[in-house]
Amino acid sequence: MKKKQRLVFRSILLVIVAVAVGYTLYNNVFNDKSGSVQKGDQAPDFELTDLQGNKVQLSDYKGKGVFLNFWGTWCKPCQREMPYMQKEYRNYKKQGVEILAVNVGESRVSVKNFADRFHLSFPIPLDGSREVTKAYGIGPIPTTFLVDKNGKVIEITSESLSNETIKSYMEKIKP
Amino acid sequence: MRSQTYNKTMVDKIWNFFSSVKVGIWIIIVILIAAAIGTIFPQEMYIPPNVDPTTYYKEEYGTPGQIFYLLGFHNLYGSWWFLLLLAALGISLIIVSIDRGFPLYRALKYQRVTRHESFMKRQRLFAVSDSGISMDRVKRVLAKKHYKIKEDNGNILAEKNRFSRWGPYVNHAGLIIFLIGAMLRFFPGMYTDQTLWIREGETVAVPGTKTEDGQYYLKNHKFIMELYDKKDKDYSAALDKTGNPVPKNYQSNVTLYHAGPSDVVGAKPELKKERDAKIKVNEPLSFNDYSLYQVDFKLNEFHRMNLKLENKKSGKSYGEIKVNLFNPKSTYVLGNGYKVEMVEYFPNFKLDENDQPTTENSVPDNPAFVFKMFTPETPKGETAFIGIRKNVEAGDNKYKMSFSGIETKNVSALTVKKDKTLPIIIIGGIIFMLGVVQGLYWNHRRIWIQQRNGQLWIAAHTNKNWFGLKREMQNISEDSGLVMPIDQSDEKSA
Repeated sequence: MKKKQRLVFRSILLVIVAVAVGYTLYNNVFNDKSGSVQKGDQAPDFELTDLQGNKVQLSDYKGKGVFLNFWGTWCKPCQREMPYMQKEYRNYKKQGVEILAVNVGESRVSVKNFADRFHLSFPIPLDGSREVTKAYGIGPIPTTFLVDKNGKVIEITSESLSNETIKSYMEKIKP
Repeated sequence: MRSQTYNKTMVDKIWNFFSSVKVGIWIIIVILIAAAIGTIFPQEMYIPPNVDPTTYYKEEYGTPGQIFYLLGFHNLYGSWWFLLLLAALGISLIIVSIDRGFPLYRALKYQRVTRHESFMKRQRLFAVSDSGISMDRVKRVLAKKHYKIKEDNGNILAEKNRFSRWGPYVNHAGLIIFLIGAMLRFFPGMYTDQTLWIREGETVAVPGTKTEDGQYYLKNHKFIMELYDKKDKDYSAALDKTGNPVPKNYQSNVTLYHAGPSDVVGAKPELKKERDAKIKVNEPLSFNDYSLYQVDFKLNEFHRMNLKLENKKSGKSYGEIKVNLFNPKSTYVLGNGYKVEMVEYFPNFKLDENDQPTTENSVPDNPAFVFKMFTPETPKGETAFIGIRKNVEAGDNKYKMSFSGIETKNVSALTVKKDKTLPIIIIGGIIFMLGVVQGLYWNHRRIWIQQRNGQLWIAAHTNKNWFGLKREMQNISEDSGLVMPIDQSDEKSA
C-alpha cells in the first residue's frame, strides 16, 4: 500500500515537472522569434501606400497568389532579382499571381528612380516606418514570402532568386 | 533505503536516477562546461545587428564558429538542450531533497536518547569515566550552553541547532523557485527586452507592447545630452584632470500614446495620448508592467539639407530648397520659372565596384544628389551632381546648387523591459541565501551521556566544525566536572 502511494506521488511529481518543462520548450523552440511570420502562418494583413500613391492592402488580394518581396535599392542581391521578377510578373499576372515588392524604409524619390531604371510595373508599397518589415520579422533582405490564394504563407526565402526559381514559385502559388 | 533495488516501474527508474547526488553533481558540471563554452565566441545578441548569424559565425570564426552556431551555443540560454539541462538540475534538486530531507527529518525527530554501545563507541568524540558527578550540574551547564535536554532512565541526549540541518533543503527550495522564475520568462506575457531607436519628431510603435487591447506608441520630442560645466567651481578641478567632457545627463522627452487593436499592420492608428514623460538614465518611463530605459543615442544625424540655386557668374541666388533627407521631393518649384528636379538621391553615397554611384544603406550619413536645374535662361535644364565635398557638373553650366545649411536631429535608443518574473527570482535568491547562512553559521551538535555498568559514557557529534565542538566540550567539562571526551580520529592517526 505504501509502495503504491509512493509510486502515485512520484508519478504525479514527474508529470508536473515534465508538463512545465515541455510547455517552456514549446514556447521557446516554436514561438522563438516572437511576432515573426513562420511558414504555414496566415500572412499578417498590412496597409501601405505604393509608389503611385495608391493604397495597397494585402487582404485585397485574397483569391490570388501573392509573391511578397521585401527589398532595398542599396541591396545588390535585391537588384539582381528585380528584372526576373518583372519578367515573370508579366507572364503570371493574367494567371492570378501578383507581386508586391515592399521597400524597406526608403524615400519615394530613391525608390522611384530605381523603379524607373528597372522598368518595374508591379506595385511597390513603401514601408517608411518599417512597421510591416518588423511585423514580418525580416532579418536580411531580400526576403520573399509566397502567399497562396487563401492568404497562407507557404514558403519563405532570403536568397537572391534566379529566374527559374521565381518561375517555379509563381507556379506554386498560382490559384 | 535508497540503495535497495526495487526497480519495477519506469517511474521508479527515473526517480532513482535523479535521486543520485553523483548524477546531480554531473549535471552541474555539464552546465558549467556548457556555459564556459558559450563564452568562447560572442552570443547572438552581441554580434552586429544587421548580419545573418547563419553565416556570421562561420565567416568570422571558421569551422569552430560554425559548430558553435549549429549546436546552439550562440544563443545558449535559449537553446533547447541547455533548458533541458537546467530542467534536469531542477528535477535532481527536488528528488534529492525529497529522498533525503524527509528521512532525515523523521530520523532526528524520533531519535532515541539511549543509544547502543557500539553507536557510542563509534562517535569521534568519546570517553568513559567513573560515574559520581552530579548529573544536575551537568544538565545546568548544558542548558546554559543552549542545549535542549532529553532524558531516559538517567541517560541524557543534549542537542542544539538542529535547524541548521535543514539549511541545504531550504537552499534547494530557493534554487528551485529561482529556476521556476527563469522558466516563466519563456511564458507569453511574462518577459520582454527589446531595443527601440527613435528619431526626434518620430512616432513609432513600442515593440513588445502589442496585446489584444492594442499597442503603445511613443513620440520622441527631443533628446538632450548635458555635460558638466567647466566653469562650475565644484567640478572644474576634476574636469581639468580628465581633460574630456563628462556627461551629466542623457534624457529623452517623449509622449506615450495608446492605440486600440488593429488587424492591419501599417495602417495609421488612432492614437490616444497617455502622458508626457522625461526618460533619463535610471529613471525609466514605467507603464502597465513595461519600463522604457534610456540606453543609447546618436547625435546630430543629418535630417534636412538646404541648398541655393545660384547663377555661377553673378553669384545671385534664385531661392533656397530644403531637402528632407528621409523623404525628399522630386520637384522643388522656386517660382518665376525657376525650379529644381531631383533626378537621383543617394542617402549614404559611395561608389560601387564599377565606379557607379550608389548608396550604402538608407541612413543619410553622406547624402548626395543629382539635380536638374531649370531657369528661364536654361529651359532644357542643367544637370549637376552634389555631394559633401564632391561636386561634379558640366563645365558650361550657367547655374549651380550650393549648400546653404544643414539641420540635424538626435536619435534616442531606449530599451523596452518587462519582467514579471523578477520578484520570483529575487524571492528564490533570498531563500537560497537564507539556506546557505542557516547551514553554514550554525552546527548541529549532539552529546550523549549514559550510565553503563557503573561507568559514565560520553559521546559527542557535530555535522561540521569539530574544533568548535571540542572547545565547547572543554568548557562543559571544566564547568561540570564531566570528563573531556577524546578525539578518536586523532588517536588513530597518531
